[in-house]
Amino acid sequence: MSHLLAARLQMALSLGFHIVFASIGMAMPFLMLTAYRRFLKTKNPEYRELTRTWSKGVAIFFAVGAVSGTALSFELGLLWPGFMKYAGPIVGLPFALEGAAFFLEAIAIGIFLYGWERVPPRVHWLSGLVVGLSGLASAFFVISANGWMNAPAGFDWNGGNPINVDPLKAMMNEAFLLQAVHMSVAAFQAVGFAVAGMHAWLYLKRGYSLHFKAVKIALVWGALASLIQPVIGDLSAKAVAQRQPEKFAAMEAHFETQSHAGLLIGGIPDEEKAEVRFGLHLPGLLSFLAHGDFSSVVKGLEEFPRDDWPPVLVTHLAFQLMVGFGMLLLLVGTVGVFQLWRKKTLSVGLLKTLVLCIPFGFIAMEAGWVVTEVGRQPWVIYRLLRTAEAVTPRPAVWVTLFGYGALYLFLCVVLVFVMQRQVESLHKRLAKTGGAS
Amino acid sequence: MVFSLLLFLALSLLLYALFGGADFGAGILEMWRMGKMGKQEHALVQRAMAPVWEANHIWLIVAVVIVFMAFPSVYATVCTFLFIPLMCVLLGIVARGCAFVLRYYDATAGHSKLYSGIFAVSSTFCTFFLGVLAGAMTFGRLDPLATDFEAAYLAPWLNGHCALTGVFACSLFSFLAALYLSGEAEVKALQEDFQKRAAYASIGMVLAGAAVFATQRGLIAKFIHTPLALSCFFLATLLMGQLWYAFSFLEATQSVRFWTRAAGAGVVAMVMLGWYSVVFPAALVFREGVLTYYDAAAPAPVLKALLIALVVGLLVIIPALLYLFRIFKWEVLE
Repeated sequence: MSHLLAARLQMALSLGFHIVFASIGMAMPFLMLTAYRRFLKTKNPEYRELTRTWSKGVAIFFAVGAVSGTALSFELGLLWPGFMKYAGPIVGLPFALEGAAFFLEAIAIGIFLYGWERVPPRVHWLSGLVVGLSGLASAFFVISANGWMNAPAGFDWNGGNPINVDPLKAMMNEAFLLQAVHMSVAAFQAVGFAVAGMHAWLYLKRGYSLHFKAVKIALVWGALASLIQPVIGDLSAKAVAQRQPEKFAAMEAHFETQSHAGLLIGGIPDEEKAEVRFGLHLPGLLSFLAHGDFSSVVKGLEEFPRDDWPPVLVTHLAFQLMVGFGMLLLLVGTVGVFQLWRKKTLSVGLLKTLVLCIPFGFIAMEAGWVVTEVGRQPWVIYRLLRTAEAVTPRPAVWVTLFGYGALYLFLCVVLVFVMQRQVESLHKRLAKTGGAS
Repeated sequence: MVFSLLLFLALSLLLYALFGGADFGAGILEMWRMGKMGKQEHALVQRAMAPVWEANHIWLIVAVVIVFMAFPSVYATVCTFLFIPLMCVLLGIVARGCAFVLRYYDATAGHSKLYSGIFAVSSTFCTFFLGVLAGAMTFGRLDPLATDFEAAYLAPWLNGHCALTGVFACSLFSFLAALYLSGEAEVKALQEDFQKRAAYASIGMVLAGAAVFATQRGLIAKFIHTPLALSCFFLATLLMGQLWYAFSFLEATQSVRFWTRAAGAGVVAMVMLGWYSVVFPAALVFREGVLTYYDAAAPAPVLKALLIALVVGLLVIIPALLYLFRIFKWEVLE
């Protein structure tokens, strides 16, 4: 067990770390392009400065993300050779396409970063768009592979040996589209609020109007994403209830099969006794959310063999965290956009709230991935291959776990340091040009 | 179909060597001159690398994807039994990535010695273990049935031969980088300096290469009986002769600088092609038995899908890449 646990922790750590870069790579270019468009329209040099600063941020995160992504492409084999041996041929296609998209993104970033004086503005703007679109495409491809683990398709499982493999069908699996959209929107939500919060903090501290412009752009993107997200989240939950009823039951800590099932808010599930302590039940709502009908029957965990249960406590708590923070951001985003619309400005209270909200989008996103991944356990390929069967036979997984842990910690320190230096140099430039409001 | 995929794999590895390799080489060259490297040299390396840095390294990811989709058992075996050198490569990649980012984006520090030090050391470390991995795959010490740690996880790569392939990779990449940089340098003293280093590196290549052959039984016989490998060797020797002639007797005009760079790339291409042709079709050589790419290939529909994806991907990427190089690299030559 400890061997498997170490491998799972290492994978969780790597993915949890990488996902932050992936989402910044997806969403940040669009924020940057918004600022760039404002510059091309208004010719206000502050927007140009903002675009440049953000583009450097994109490049830094892209560079570190490329590095951690390369490590990840090997880690799949280093930890799960049993999985890759079966799954490699079946889900390799989206990975190959992801490679292409990533490549295009790298080229476009090169052009955008160093091409300010070398290519015409329109081509330059377009290269920025290519950065964003290929970042989104990468996400879609990678999530297709993850979707396949939840909804395996495109092959026949001939007693442990996949035959009749159809990579395209595997790529277009049932879970793919909703998962991909859910994650992309989450990226905009997380990045939008994190960026808005950071600039709000800098604005409160230093008062440069550039930061306020940044808050506005980022907040609008984040708020828009927060508005769409509940709809997609609801569709996703319905799909999970259909496709992976155990996962859905674990998300809700729903042990007994019931009609008029109640939605659980909070609560600490106890797997041994199959009961929940301290929870609040909203009658009938779970049936409605799962199947669109208050009287419908929702399968409980009791329907499934005990060996096939996902860890209920972790899945349930992660789900609560995700929904809770998502709703909070929706509220803050709505108030913010309303203020911008009616008063053309943001209150100091809201700016301070935004600072507080910096990590929330990312917490919600990470929690969402915990729901997806832990909720699929004990399977690595749903109902076909157990995670325990896929783990590497090699020794010393604990050692590499600590190695990778130290590495990621180091990368975080590096990033924080570099970003701080970027902000310092931005403020120096602003002080020179008198950018104070 | 297996063969066409192998061509793609060979191509992406070659491009990784030609572009990514030059990058590694730049780091190794810095290692030679720890602390003595002038500001000018730093600026040159930085200017030459920055815009194309990300793109250069993605060829490795392309190669990895081809291996794990088309030849899954090769990927699984390498990841399991060669995990130590593989981890070392990864550690190197991460460390140099960070050092590069810090050096370039730590907007207020200039060229800190620490970042350059990390960059130089990790470039060398990483290249060495890339060479070790390449050597270990076909050296014939892999043993999936071994029960003890030493035989399963150390013996396949911890030996003189693999160390020599590592050294060979280091000298090959630094040779390439020195040639590229001498072509890109604008000051004459700097040009000559890099030419000198290219010459040293080529001596290293010849020595390490000879030792690689000497330490694997049957390699020379295989080499002599592979016409393609022999022609590669012949062409590489010819190109080296030309380079030597150009450096000794010709003025460094624009066109000479272009051709020396092309000839350097040609040498590396010949080395890679010669290597493929000698090991082909073996993917992995075990203590007992050989796994060929044909044995390891995934089912036909998978190979077909991958091939289509690669062609489509390249159709998008090649024009974009050419555009990138046109903006940032070729104008130096015009």
